[in-house]
Amino acid sequence: MDTILKVENLSVLFRTYAGEVQAVRDISFEIEEGNVTAIVGESGCGKSVTSRSIMGLIKKPGIVSEGSKIFFRDENILAYTEKQWEKYRGQKCSMVFQDALTALNPTMNIGKQITEKILVHRKVSKKEAWQEGIRMLELVGIPNAAMRMKQYPHEFSGGMRQRVMIAIALTLNPELLIADEPTTALDVTIQADILEMMKGIQKEQGMTIILITHDLGIVANFAQDIIVMYAGKVVEKGSSEDIFYHPAHPYTEALLRAVPRLDVMEETLETIEGAPPNMANPPTGCPFAARCRKKMPVCEQRFPDKITLVEGHEVCCWLQREDK
Amino acid sequence: MKDFILKRLAQMLLVLVIVSMFAFSIIYFSPGDPLYLYTSPSVSSYKMTEEQLNDMREALGLNGNVIQRYANWAGKMIQGDWGFSVSNHQPVKTQIMDKLPNTIGLMGAALFLSILVSIPLGLLAGYYKNQWIDNVISGISYLGISLPAFWFGIMLIIVFSLHLGWFPSAGMRTIGVNSAADVIRHAVLPVIVLSVNNTAVFVRYIRSNTIEQKEEEYVMTAISKGVPKQRVLWGHVLKNCLLPIITMVGMNFGTLITGSFIVESVFGWPGLGTLCLDAINSRDYTMIMGITMLACIVLLTGNFLADLLYGFADPRIKQGKEKQNG
Repeated sequence: MDTILKVENLSVLFRTYAGEVQAVRDISFEIEEGNVTAIVGESGCGKSVTSRSIMGLIKKPGIVSEGSKIFFRDENILAYTEKQWEKYRGQKCSMVFQDALTALNPTMNIGKQITEKILVHRKVSKKEAWQEGIRMLELVGIPNAAMRMKQYPHEFSGGMRQRVMIAIALTLNPELLIADEPTTALDVTIQADILEMMKGIQKEQGMTIILITHDLGIVANFAQDIIVMYAGKVVEKGSSEDIFYHPAHPYTEALLRAVPRLDVMEETLETIEGAPPNMANPPTGCPFAARCRKKMPVCEQRFPDKITLVEGHEVCCWLQREDK
Repeated sequence: MKDFILKRLAQMLLVLVIVSMFAFSIIYFSPGDPLYLYTSPSVSSYKMTEEQLNDMREALGLNGNVIQRYANWAGKMIQGDWGFSVSNHQPVKTQIMDKLPNTIGLMGAALFLSILVSIPLGLLAGYYKNQWIDNVISGISYLGISLPAFWFGIMLIIVFSLHLGWFPSAGMRTIGVNSAADVIRHAVLPVIVLSVNNTAVFVRYIRSNTIEQKEEEYVMTAISKGVPKQRVLWGHVLKNCLLPIITMVGMNFGTLITGSFIVESVFGWPGLGTLCLDAINSRDYTMIMGITMLACIVLLTGNFLADLLYGFADPRIKQGKEKQNG
């Protein structure tokens, strides 16, 4: 299998009045073509910033650091000009945002918002683009697609709106789809519908998806690879099996414990005590040390280097190192 | 939608009545007497008797207390009789209608020009916030807001009429010439003065709106579709910025009628502003009331039209109105 996307030493910081916030700190990972890769972690751990860097959507006061590289099929997209970005966005890589209500333009009908993407990239007539738009709405399971095209976002329910969002992202068949918490704003039953639909389309077309989420529960039977992020760092990555059955990082374990389960009787749901560190002034050691149950003295002094447990399963934790 | 319109019309009528009462009593209680025009020693050396003065008051409708006089005036007004000017005995309606096109033409041109110029400038300034293009546009608009109209008008006259001789300094027509081009040539300077201030205010509004709108997520979505930035600005942000622009224009509708007293007098433009100023100076209450009422009607109509236009700019409002009113 080929690597479609390769992130190398990506750092993103935001210059704010409170100081430099280091949202993403020197992370590297690869995305395999045709796979679904989940990036998981709590709010504010750098998942969305990572995905936006891949789309070239970081804007001031955010800055992608000098040494960062993101290769899309061997091309460093961070060196792209504005024109190259415009060609890349939407055609090669597309994005589904979390809240479709704010992510769709309230004063433009759905049809226009879909066909706009087609008309920007392809030399087709408006009529052809409109037909393609109807086809896309049908693909994501919206009934009465032809009539729905003329409606505005506020005339759709939350679930339907997210389907529209996905239809827009899937238009023109991008090679890589980034879904940034696509179901977080929806209620649980609709979440399941949308995920099923996405899974179906992914299988059918063999699309590569990066799924950003804080909910390990929805990752379980969707993603093949999982990247766990904490405080702007990748703390563990591996196949879905590695992460669910052999978690090596205490943070991953804690996340897994926090997933509600049907097969175990529990009085209260596990939580992770405390909150992620302030990224304007991140700790020098392991950022999770302050909340970790297995903390050792070394944890607060130095960030552990990456070690490979089995092929493809990597972790950054002193517990796994011999030289601690 | 029909119910909405009827409700608004009823509201407008009520506002009109209240405004007329206020305006009428303000004129009534303000010092000065229109009869002074006739009895002033500078006008005539003849000293009127008390009886003659009373007759005159009676003829001009100046007798009685404020309520009687208001009732008298309002009763005639309802029947379409705007009364006669106290100072020159001409019907108020004809005098106003004579000047009305002049003022509407002048102010309409100024308003149109302001909108035309301020939309692109405001959008650009907001989109490129704190970059050089914004600094230039914002700097000029601050200047435009601070320029006093009378001073700016006089400066333009000195430069373009006196020294360069490009435009006439006053009036609306050259005597003996009757062409549209001539009127336009006369209108250029006053239109510039009138629109500079409006444009500056509009630009500030549109700029702050654009700044707000461009942070919205739908802008991010549009960019992530690969839509070029300029197209995002004109295709997405502009329409969402239109609502406040419509409000502003609606509120400015009233000035279409009252004109700008200052600019009209600086440039000797024969419009309603000049007419109203003369009327105030001579305590010509029928004339003042006539112009006030007209301005009020036009202002209300402007706001009403703005409300209707919202529906076109924002589909959510249109539907809300329909739902609310059945």
